[in-house]
Amino acid sequence: MKMTGAQILMECLLEQEVDTVFGYPGGTILNVYDELYRYQDKIKHVLTAHEQGASHAADGYARSTGKVGVCFATSGPGATNLTTGIATAYMDSSPVVFISCNVIKSLIGKDSFQEVDLTGITMPITKCNYLVSDVTKLADTVRAAFAIAGSGRPGPVLIDILKNVTGEKADFEPLPRDKHYASGKLGALMSRSSHDFKAPAPDDKDIRLLAEMIKKAQKPLLICGGGVVRGRAHKEFLEFAEKIDAPVAITLMGGGGICGRNPLATGMIGMHGTQASNMACDACDLLIAVGCRFSDRVALSPTTFAKQAKIVQIDIDRAEINKNVRTDHHIVGDAKRVLAALNEIVEPADHSEWKKYVFSYKTETEYDEGGDTLTPKQILSSIAKLLPQNTVVATDVGQHQMWAIQHFRFDYPGQLLTSGGFGTMGFGLGAAIGAKIGNPDKAVIHITGDGSFRMNCNELCTEQHYNVPIITFVFNNKTLGMVRQWQTLIYDKKYSETTLSERGPDFVQLARAYGLDGAHVSNVEELEAAIKDAMTCGHGYVIDCAIDMDEKVRPMVGGGSHITDFLLS
Amino acid sequence: MTNDIKRQTLAILVDNESGVLSQISRLFSRKGYNIESLAVGATENPAISRITIEVIADDEQVALLANQLRKLFPVHSVKLLTPETSIRRELVLLKVRTPDSAARNEVIQIANIFRANIIDVAIGSITLSVIGAEQKTDAIEKILAEYGILELVRTGVVALERGQETIKDQTKEKGEFDYGKNVL
Repeated sequence: MKMTGAQILMECLLEQEVDTVFGYPGGTILNVYDELYRYQDKIKHVLTAHEQGASHAADGYARSTGKVGVCFATSGPGATNLTTGIATAYMDSSPVVFISCNVIKSLIGKDSFQEVDLTGITMPITKCNYLVSDVTKLADTVRAAFAIAGSGRPGPVLIDILKNVTGEKADFEPLPRDKHYASGKLGALMSRSSHDFKAPAPDDKDIRLLAEMIKKAQKPLLICGGGVVRGRAHKEFLEFAEKIDAPVAITLMGGGGICGRNPLATGMIGMHGTQASNMACDACDLLIAVGCRFSDRVALSPTTFAKQAKIVQIDIDRAEINKNVRTDHHIVGDAKRVLAALNEIVEPADHSEWKKYVFSYKTETEYDEGGDTLTPKQILSSIAKLLPQNTVVATDVGQHQMWAIQHFRFDYPGQLLTSGGFGTMGFGLGAAIGAKIGNPDKAVIHITGDGSFRMNCNELCTEQHYNVPIITFVFNNKTLGMVRQWQTLIYDKKYSETTLSERGPDFVQLARAYGLDGAHVSNVEELEAAIKDAMTCGHGYVIDCAIDMDEKVRPMVGGGSHITDFLLS
Repeated sequence: MTNDIKRQTLAILVDNESGVLSQISRLFSRKGYNIESLAVGATENPAISRITIEVIADDEQVALLANQLRKLFPVHSVKLLTPETSIRRELVLLKVRTPDSAARNEVIQIANIFRANIIDVAIGSITLSVIGAEQKTDAIEKILAEYGILELVRTGVVALERGQETIKDQTKEKGEFDYGKNVL
């Protein structure tokens, strides 16, 4: 059947069972939006305040549902506004297909109005990207983009379509999803033995060798990384950990990969890791990292990291093996399949002595309480007390992020939405909106700081318009807290450009201006009353929590230091 | 596998499409490497190009680079070519200053010794082409520098494996990281 490019795009989205798209229209993408108007019963479009918000919303949707997120933007500034969101998704391996349109073919390369080389710009921050200049190739490209974004190590894929392509006609043949791999670009990729395109099957020999290593180990430690979350390998991971009876340290991205309240969990590892995790890392004789790339926030000093131990890396991406930390053994494969294979052959073990040693160290940070000011821990405890256990938590970046992740014990993959690799301030609100739209039955909260919230608080209008009831908790210390913490500890308390006091807006007034509501709170009673109000009001709510400027995230190990050289305990 | 930093040659088969070369070269700069030599051209299959790239790196670094390259979707296969197992050639064009007939005669003699071809002669200059591995082209360059090289251009090294084996035979290089396998 002959269809326009825009219509082919819609049909391809339906093929992928896409029902929600986040985006922002503009000149070059007009044909697509015109077609979207006809498809509005089947595809819901969420119009954000800014393309960056749309990019984070699609990302949050993808992370929380496990489906591929979709985001639309126009050319030029619309497209470049996506880039922070694309990089955020790339660093955290989140499957999002970004679709932008560029100027018509005859205007390409002429520095035309709103023209930018987006495929050039996004080359290093996408898994792959495509410029579509031929309408007959559009359907095949969209199919490839979705498959690539969601398979193997997930990641963002960008499709830049020339405006004329969206208006030109071509034959379109519907193709069921399971047939996509047999044709076109995907078929060609699948036929290449060089690409571990889908999840590669683990090597039997490698699995058996690891089982032998586990048998010999007296003090095994597991690291639960983001790969366990992305691969939804939580069940297999838990079975594995329990079977070999090993303590589990969790990376920032691994939150929810194992239930945080499991007695084997030692809490977060790395720069703000718990005493138990970091000490265990320094004392184990076998370290098995699953879906973890040993970033500089985990393996702070790669040459001394777990040097006493045999290090084993399990990762879906061969290029991650030995990239940051030199390992003794590795298995390339999907976490779920590798762990399932291991579970079949590993022998149950008992490491009570070793666990006793590990858990003699703290798995939680004890913060001072009882002063006049509200503490981060009090806020988080009240949230945990009043909101359902399965509440989805989206954070921004900074102290509040670390406090939230240290304090909340995440239960399942997709419960924690945080920008780990890229550290994007302003990620949280968009991500929370995407998560709530993808999970209407779950409560979604947004934990932020006053610095982060200022960045993208414009998305409150999206929250209001689509009636997405999110509770935003602003940890308001009137400073860029994490930067201040570094300035206090490392830069002789010279607080260069980090103090935010005497600076608007009033966040509650702001919420009201957007048609939402909120409350300023400075003690637990006010806070809990506000939470109850927020839970019943039926719309978005901003709780501005006044906390002390000099609250710190503890423990802390300095960048590049050995993992047990705590700057703050 | 050693930690010696040396010139390493990577042969890469890629889709012959626009943007692919920049994707490959960006990867090198992004990972902090300078490209020492680069040669690109279509292969026996016009849809596929072969890129030969040289970088200064140690064995482990170049193995990591190869894995990063294999991740790129336009890349079909990547192979590390060592000097021992491969044939390497580079073409160099040199324009040498020859102010008088004595200089001209000497340059022609040198060209004959090196089996370089004289491809252009003018009153004040001679242009030569020489093909070989770096040692040979470096040697003639050094001698001709005495006369004054007006201009010089290199194609970049191209390399092929010796014997029957080709780049297509070995697409998954499992062996690269199998050091320290004595883990039990």
